[in-house]
Amino acid sequence: MATIKSLSLLGQLNKLSYVNRHFSTTKLTAAKQMTVRDSLNSAMDEEMERDDKVFIMGEEVAQYDGAYKVTRGLWKKYGDKRVIDTPITEMGFAGIATGAAMAGLRPICEFMTFNFAMQAIDHIINSAAKTFYMSAGRVNVPIVFRGPNGAASGVAAQHSQCFAAWYTHVPGLKVISPYNSEDCKGLLKAAIRDPDPVVFLENELLYGVQYPMSDEALSKDFVLPIGKAKIEKPGKHITLVAHSKAVELCLEAAKELSGKGIEAEVINLRTLRPLDVDTIAKSVSKTNHLISVEQGWPSCGIGAEILARIMESETFFHLDQPAIRLTGADVPMPYAKSLEAAAIPVAKDIVEAVKKLLKVK
Amino acid sequence: MFNRTSISLFRLVWKNSKTKFSTQSLFPSARTTWTEQLEFTGKHSYEPIPVYRVLDRLGDVIKPEDDPNLPSDVLIKMYKDMTILGIMDKVLYEAQRQGRISFYMTNTGEEASHVGSAAALDPSDVVYSQYREAGVLLWRGFALQQFIDQCYGNRDDNERGKNMPVHYGCDALNFISISSPLGTQLPQAVGSAYALKGKNRIVVCYFGDGAASEGDAHAALNFASTLNCPIIFFCRNNGYAISTPVSEQYGGDGIAARGPGYGINTIRVDGNDALAVYNATKKSRDYALSENKPVLIEAMTYRIGDHSTSDDSTAYRSKEEIRQWSTNDDPVAKLRYYITSKGIWNDEKNKEWLEEAKKEFMVAFKAGEKKHKPHWEILFEDVYKFTPEHLEKQMAYMKQHVEKFKNHYPVNEFDGK
Repeated sequence: MATIKSLSLLGQLNKLSYVNRHFSTTKLTAAKQMTVRDSLNSAMDEEMERDDKVFIMGEEVAQYDGAYKVTRGLWKKYGDKRVIDTPITEMGFAGIATGAAMAGLRPICEFMTFNFAMQAIDHIINSAAKTFYMSAGRVNVPIVFRGPNGAASGVAAQHSQCFAAWYTHVPGLKVISPYNSEDCKGLLKAAIRDPDPVVFLENELLYGVQYPMSDEALSKDFVLPIGKAKIEKPGKHITLVAHSKAVELCLEAAKELSGKGIEAEVINLRTLRPLDVDTIAKSVSKTNHLISVEQGWPSCGIGAEILARIMESETFFHLDQPAIRLTGADVPMPYAKSLEAAAIPVAKDIVEAVKKLLKVK
Repeated sequence: MFNRTSISLFRLVWKNSKTKFSTQSLFPSARTTWTEQLEFTGKHSYEPIPVYRVLDRLGDVIKPEDDPNLPSDVLIKMYKDMTILGIMDKVLYEAQRQGRISFYMTNTGEEASHVGSAAALDPSDVVYSQYREAGVLLWRGFALQQFIDQCYGNRDDNERGKNMPVHYGCDALNFISISSPLGTQLPQAVGSAYALKGKNRIVVCYFGDGAASEGDAHAALNFASTLNCPIIFFCRNNGYAISTPVSEQYGGDGIAARGPGYGINTIRVDGNDALAVYNATKKSRDYALSENKPVLIEAMTYRIGDHSTSDDSTAYRSKEEIRQWSTNDDPVAKLRYYITSKGIWNDEKNKEWLEEAKKEFMVAFKAGEKKHKPHWEILFEDVYKFTPEHLEKQMAYMKQHVEKFKNHYPVNEFDGK
């Protein structure tokens, strides 16, 4: 099945981050705007206030307020005991956080970026994800591993990649890849309260972007369910499934398609494990067409998983055309701006793919 | 360009400012003094850390004030646990060779380090072990039947058949389930110690000379020191990491020498002397608890057995070397000489006990082998705290499948639910 890669040199990543981002909330009119960064911050703040077992650990998270300022003000408010700067060793503090969770605390382990979490992945997969099973349900590990994931800007191969598929592969983990401020707040709170280990994949490019927050989302009781996708925009002609920043691309493409009389249904996955296949299946039964969109690599990716699940299910018979994946190019991320833009899909690619699939000119 | 006058002026200024320096250097990164001697600091700069002992090889106390004078019942339990460990090792090692269980690791030669340290701890202290510390669990009250049930992964295995043999765990005894990847227990133990600060408990983390080479060991020692965690790092230096001798594992003075480098108080102890291990652990526990600080213990010992049932150690060490250690410095015999000279044990009691222990063990062994395997539905449980829908679906599917094809599966060997 075809994997469509962007060859467009027009994919201006940064520009895209700041336009067309008012699709996602329920109460548009009076909604307060909040950046993704602040929503993550308030989620942690509220949960730390609610439960004194919650603490944050990572590099630069305390006095420096976090490398991306996501933990801003928390050290001042909660002090050394609950916001802990660590020496530089991901393997060390991920292990220490895992041990603290085994002993009954609820750590939030911040990775400066998930690129550096590779050093700690043994603790995440072999210890955090498996201890509950290996101890036959006696020792649970309520921990959140969080930090920025996915394509960033101008930082090339080792700092710009999506680890969603890596973690989603592993039983015992829950994996969340939120899109906007509401997602981040509601899902991070859910992750902190969850009894199992959760990998929470943020997006660096979205940290500074403002999204509307409903009154409900501003409340301290706002928690979103893990494992449930959200229909960001209803439509009847084609289903676009995405997570994280790719949701934004889909919404943008949907807007353009709408002007051509094509109504795309955009599904924001929110959680990658467990995957909400039911919402996708229901949508495909209605639209009879499916494209998955992600910024990560194609092989064994999130899109591959979605298509396989649809293929295996009764929903397959609802498809009028083969489902396709739209992914990042199967290359390490290049540095040069023009090459970088060509390595990840943009809204125009989605529009073209939809038109091709629906045989519309 | 400098001319002569400006150079001498510069020297004058420099000289004057030099007189203002104190003899202490002021760098934030080290509190030390200045020196004008250019030389290497190395292995030759310090004497190797000595090995603390209480007993000599014949079980006689060298310095009477060092005898912990443990009550008779404690000493006898120590000795009994050490001997039963040997019986368990022999039978379960053979059981693996006969294909009854898939894997086993023996403890032979290191019994004193297990029992001596375990006896000095409080039962509420949390233990993170590596994989060769069955004696610690035995001391805490894990029953022989529980060991055997775990190795068989039968229906009474407290880990419900989910963990490989000898990867014991017991929450009631504060013994964390053993994790195979080498060294991961080290930073995790520090995390637990951090969580237990001020709760009148400490964490004890066992590891080997090989695991000490993992990056995790560095991270753990460094964090425990900077975060002031109440933990004992207990290194069993048994001379070999599978086949790698310590001479290829490190170039310095063992593991103990690293302690002061991290600012961690350290004791090197004779790991074959149960009483020395007891004293060292007791002192370390008192210090860790009262000061909220880590301690490093390096217990010097020798692994008599193979690394595991997947290993044949005669490929890399001589039978003579093994024989020397098992006859000249046997930790079990050493404690037996001691309790015998105390008058609380004798040859007759010893013979009776060994027969009785063997009998008791074999009864448990046979019972463990006969027990059914856990119900197959358990396969899907404990992945998450609450079973997610997709696993419930899989379970329902498997239920139908097994029901339909039950004549083709050994369903009678599994526990009913």
